[in-house]
Amino acid sequence: MSVETRRAADVAADSETARWKYLEQIRRTPGPFTNPEAVEDEFLAQFERFKILGAGGLGCEILKNLAMSKFKDIHVIDMDTIDISNLNRQFLFRKSDVGKFKAEVAAKFVEQRVKGVKITAHNKRIQDFDDEFYKQFQLVICGLDSIEARRWINAMLVSIAEESEDPDGVKPLIDGGTEGFKGQARVIFPSFTSCIECQLDMHAPRAAVPLCTIASIPRQPEHCVEWAHVIAWEQEKPFPKLDKDDPEHVTWIYQKALKRAEEFNIPGITYSLTQGTIKNIIPAIASTNAIIAAACCNEAFKIATTTATCLGFENNYMMYSGNDSIYTYTFKHEKKEDCPVCGREARPLDVDPNMTLQDLLDSFAVRPEAQLKKPSIRAEGKTLYMQVPQSLEEQTRPNLNKSLKDLGLENGQEVVVTDPAFPLEFNFFFRFKEESS
Amino acid sequence: MTEELEQTTLIPQGPSDKEKKYDRQLRLWAASGQAALESANLLLINSGAGTVGIETLKNLVLPGIGKFTIADGAVVQDVDLGVNFFLDESCLGKSRAQCCTELLLELNPEVDGVWNSAVTDATSLQELLNAPETFTMIMYSHPLQPGMLEAIEAYGRQHRTPLIAIHSVGFYSYFRITLPGTFPTVDTHPDQTATTDLRLLSPWPELSEFANEMTKDIDNLDHHDHGHIPMVVILLYYLDIWKKEHGGAYPTSYGEKTEFRQLISKATRRDNPEGGEENFDEAFAAVMQHVTLQPVPSSLKQVFDYEHTDEQDSKSSFWIIAEALKQFYAENERLPVAGGLPDMKAQSSVYIQLQNIYKDKARQDVNDVLSRVRKISGGENIGLEEVELFCKNARFVKLINNTGEAPPSMEQIIERELSNDEIAAIAGPEMPTSLIPIYLALSVPSHASAASADEIVTAVCQKAPALEGNERLTQVAQELARAAGGELHNISAVTGGMVAQEVIKIITNQYVPIDNTCVFDGIESRCQVLRL
Repeated sequence: MSVETRRAADVAADSETARWKYLEQIRRTPGPFTNPEAVEDEFLAQFERFKILGAGGLGCEILKNLAMSKFKDIHVIDMDTIDISNLNRQFLFRKSDVGKFKAEVAAKFVEQRVKGVKITAHNKRIQDFDDEFYKQFQLVICGLDSIEARRWINAMLVSIAEESEDPDGVKPLIDGGTEGFKGQARVIFPSFTSCIECQLDMHAPRAAVPLCTIASIPRQPEHCVEWAHVIAWEQEKPFPKLDKDDPEHVTWIYQKALKRAEEFNIPGITYSLTQGTIKNIIPAIASTNAIIAAACCNEAFKIATTTATCLGFENNYMMYSGNDSIYTYTFKHEKKEDCPVCGREARPLDVDPNMTLQDLLDSFAVRPEAQLKKPSIRAEGKTLYMQVPQSLEEQTRPNLNKSLKDLGLENGQEVVVTDPAFPLEFNFFFRFKEESS
Repeated sequence: MTEELEQTTLIPQGPSDKEKKYDRQLRLWAASGQAALESANLLLINSGAGTVGIETLKNLVLPGIGKFTIADGAVVQDVDLGVNFFLDESCLGKSRAQCCTELLLELNPEVDGVWNSAVTDATSLQELLNAPETFTMIMYSHPLQPGMLEAIEAYGRQHRTPLIAIHSVGFYSYFRITLPGTFPTVDTHPDQTATTDLRLLSPWPELSEFANEMTKDIDNLDHHDHGHIPMVVILLYYLDIWKKEHGGAYPTSYGEKTEFRQLISKATRRDNPEGGEENFDEAFAAVMQHVTLQPVPSSLKQVFDYEHTDEQDSKSSFWIIAEALKQFYAENERLPVAGGLPDMKAQSSVYIQLQNIYKDKARQDVNDVLSRVRKISGGENIGLEEVELFCKNARFVKLINNTGEAPPSMEQIIERELSNDEIAAIAGPEMPTSLIPIYLALSVPSHASAASADEIVTAVCQKAPALEGNERLTQVAQELARAAGGELHNISAVTGGMVAQEVIKIITNQYVPIDNTCVFDGIESRCQVLRL
């Protein structure tokens, strides 16, 4: 190496050192809350090799924060393409990017802005990857917008942790979500601490409007929109397939809803309400995304560097609310021994023995602790109802109209429920309600 | 009826590009909030490591703030690139204000932004502040020279401009809002469920008549009709029965309400094909929350009892409507009917009739308050809509920075926080300890960037002797000292998000801002709001 190139290399090294001065100061100076190991050379070197995965709607913020936390090897998964309504908060996207893959555009932007970071983009769904893929990471951080995707990645990481024989199999999962001025950040050490499935009842689905209300006695503008969306659309099929992002389709539903509302004297139908109802739009703003994504990445940084105590084994959940002043509630969510994902026991299911199997299956969709939309069910030794394959579905369909009692199921009966959305089995046992007279 | 008219005459057309872009936030603060944001002009006086202020601006440029100015005398160095995302290699050696402004402007073409790199001391800052342009709000990040701070505070007093001080070091941060006077908010966006007041214990004649008419032959109704009586009517009917059996008194205690609920349960028909009645279930479930007299909340009492110290302030539309509402309350011994009716099982036409009974009453009350408003000097031009919103939200209007109530002294605050900590020590981890040591420790090195832990403890104890020997303060000081004045990007990003939320709340005058200081602990991942 010539003197000059060595000098250039030294200058580059100096500027790299100068660049990370603040962050290295924290990493190399132990504080009162620092794990003593954090400043050992071996540990410091480990951080340089840390491989981290990010996914979901908080992606822009997460990629920025991880890159600015000196993570060098980052993967990002997102199957979505950029929509104009993302531009008020997903700050790496411009109007000219609309229609392109989010993961790709975001990764490229951050790589260009922050020298030395490598970001690999996957324009896919998280469910498109298997355990071998997920095993390469030390940590997963996500701001997914659907509960289903969260439950899937959670189940995947718990199963990796349970199958693994060394601590490297435990890949912390950091999850963030926002709604308006509110949000939450939580840290999960799969198979050791309360997991997303343990906490499912904290995110109960909104009660659905009964079909008879929509069909015959609407009272709210949303009832009229649902009527147009579900019933009128099915009857008239104005377009081959409903695209909720196509203004023409939304306008059709809007006009239908408007007519129905006029018939019943129901005020309040707007285009915005129509779109919000059919797409189940959740308000989202830049500032809340910034708070929650950074709170998540702060936890990732603390876990990866042990420079300070992280959320996880004690407190593991932070709720944030900015509607009325600022309020945070940081607490420990306890692991559930009967969690279908990380627990070992079957969980009780309160049922009326006179209910039909169909009613029971329908109830899985709305029970906060289950939230299964396409359940199949079997009891010890007999298949009660299977969604697939078709032959089995046809064979088991007659059971749907029978009551649990008539199917010979008893109090304390163990049943196994599966759903194509999740790579796992849910174990329940029946707890019969006392018969009311 | 105007709503119906609008529905028929409106030519359906999709939203504009701008409405599409801002759709997710318009659902939070509507067109009025957006207009307020778009006419705001912000000044950021940046200093130190300088990231937290830029992160704040990012969250305000995206939703479409009108204009921002960055005043920052710093020149970009390597160290900035490791903490500030709105800089890159090509910025080295250039003005930090300029580079950040340019990269922030890329985020939203509708926003205007300028920079000023000449602000390096109190004199140059004064020059900027003397310019004819007035700022809606000023944010400044510590460490700041004392002279500059004085200039900012003087500007705030003179122009009645809200100020926000921000400080982010290592895993800790705080920000503090200084408002020019008492800050009232009407549009506080309370939870939908909290706003419902069905007036079950003080029904007006039209409501009672409607209920009586529907229930006069209740036992002979067929299953369908019985199963579609709205829960409001069910409750009114059985409350009447209860009253007759209890010497004219309503059920008020928990025990009485439980007993009343049994009355509803017993009246539920179970010999129908469904084996029960949804509307009666709804009535049963509504007893605890809705069979109650809504008292005047303390936040509204504050408004009623407020004594003006500022003549000009008392002439604002808020205070004129508040005065009219107070008169209304004194005369009627109740607040205006809010007018909302939650969804409940009922026939469409019956529900709409009932909804209109609530709406009509609300309208009458609004008109009553409006006529009082018009008689107060200065109230001649106040619009119906403003009075309507005030009446609807009457129980949720809120005062921030109430200048009529002097905040406790720092000494009293510390004493209170320390005694809370003693309780917390016994209560265990569920009760968090005070974050005031973080605020006090951060306030020390405001203009001396890298104090040692001992220096911090000494300086805090000089101001707050009660903290002498406090173990938590020692830890906080050590934690702070090790950061040597540097920012961590994540902590500044969290803080920038919180400050941006507060700026939005103040500018739109929607939701409720903090009163007045928020401390963030990035180690325990929690905040505390203190009035200092």
